[in-house]
Amino acid sequence: MATTYFTEDHEWIRVEGGVATVGITDYAQEQLGDLVFVELPQAGRAMKKGDVAVVVESVKAASDVYAPADGEIVEANAALSADPALVNSAATGDGWLWKMKLADESQLSGLLDEAGYKAHIA
Amino acid sequence: MTDERAAGGQLKSLPLEDLHKAAGARFGGFAGWSMPLTYPAGVMKEHLHTREHAGLFDISHMKLFEVAGPGATALLDRACPLNSAAMELSQSKYTFFLTEQAGIIDDLIVTRLGADRFMVVANAGNAATDEAHLKSLARDVDVTVTPLDCVFLALQGPAAASVMLGIGIETDALTFMHGIELRHDWFMSRSGYTGEDGFEIALPAADAPGLVAELTADDRVMWIGLAARDSLRLEAGLCLHGQDITGDIDPASAGLMWAIPKDIRANDEFIGAEALRRIVTEGPSKKRVGLRPEGRQPVRSGTALVDASGNPAGIVTSGGFGPSAGAPVAMGYVPAALARPGSRFFADIRGTKIPLDVSPLPFTPHRYRKG
Repeated sequence: MATTYFTEDHEWIRVEGGVATVGITDYAQEQLGDLVFVELPQAGRAMKKGDVAVVVESVKAASDVYAPADGEIVEANAALSADPALVNSAATGDGWLWKMKLADESQLSGLLDEAGYKAHIA
Repeated sequence: MTDERAAGGQLKSLPLEDLHKAAGARFGGFAGWSMPLTYPAGVMKEHLHTREHAGLFDISHMKLFEVAGPGATALLDRACPLNSAAMELSQSKYTFFLTEQAGIIDDLIVTRLGADRFMVVANAGNAATDEAHLKSLARDVDVTVTPLDCVFLALQGPAAASVMLGIGIETDALTFMHGIELRHDWFMSRSGYTGEDGFEIALPAADAPGLVAELTADDRVMWIGLAARDSLRLEAGLCLHGQDITGDIDPASAGLMWAIPKDIRANDEFIGAEALRRIVTEGPSKKRVGLRPEGRQPVRSGTALVDASGNPAGIVTSGGFGPSAGAPVAMGYVPAALARPGSRFFADIRGTKIPLDVSPLPFTPHRYRKG
């Protein structure tokens, strides 16, 4: 059973078996507008909580997406290289950004749940 | 890009703000104004729609000045590298206010409305500077400089003329870079900043909702925000004052000497003439060029450029993704000797070395309706 967390920086994190899949929320993609480029991390890269893991570039500006916890990149969403707009059309599905193996899942415990996130953006 | 707030830290609101809200606009600050950045269609669709059909822009943040009186041509020919006395009625000219060092205080469009009456269209971010500059030069001349309060709309795109005809405004006689007073207090020019055919219309705020309703009733017309305005003008190779041209950049370095014919350069009358002549004689040390980054990654304004050996070689002044170009596009300044197609520079983007090749401007062909 997967658990989904949200950050106040508009990321979602779905954790299953110690591996977190991370993306930006639908609200975030709407704010950013049409994405034209996603800079993806290499598999194997070690991340500290708060490190910039991905940079998403819209027509107008670049925005950082942060690692929500310590861990190691397992996979980046290669489909985004050819089609960065997947993040706009399916932010919480096919438009996921990266998967990482968490060093300590309890680092996520202070994050928002879906209801908390909805209240945050309301 | 300037983002100076009006007094009290508040952004100024457009007269038609409620209409933009109703159209679902997302707002942001630009040059002291709260401006629609995008509408629900999004910057990509808005941009492409303008190139394919017709885009409607609210550019009321821009400033119009009426310059009138027996001394109007004397004032303009002192303030700008321009021979306004030789302009035909309804003719528009792209020109500048220059510093004594030939730096560009602002870029403008001047249109002749009458024997001694002109319309000057200036940038929002420079409105206060321009007004003070013009009024100080007007002190010793028999001329009145009147800043206008109006709504200013632009309709841009291949369908623009047909849309205008559809609402009963015949534009066949009006060619690119000409402007007329369509009705009392209505000023319409065939011009714009997208590279497409189109019109800019200044009119009283009370008349504006009616015109907007008529225009947007046409299926070919879509509201377009400032984000797409920026990507459209960048693809068209057009300069944004405050980024691509500033008070520290002269028209020769900016590649804008086409706006200053030789006979005008030769006369002494305009502010900055002497400095500009010197720069032209010696040749500018740097020049504005178009740049195409390799790959998909946009290279933004302010990014430093290096040559193949890693030596500093200029800076990007505008950069983003060109929806019609289907690729990132940019403009910037590089050493004059290297300012030619084929030259390659590099930008360091978060540790990745991105090559950029000098490219002819514009990135998308201009489609103006010339006479």
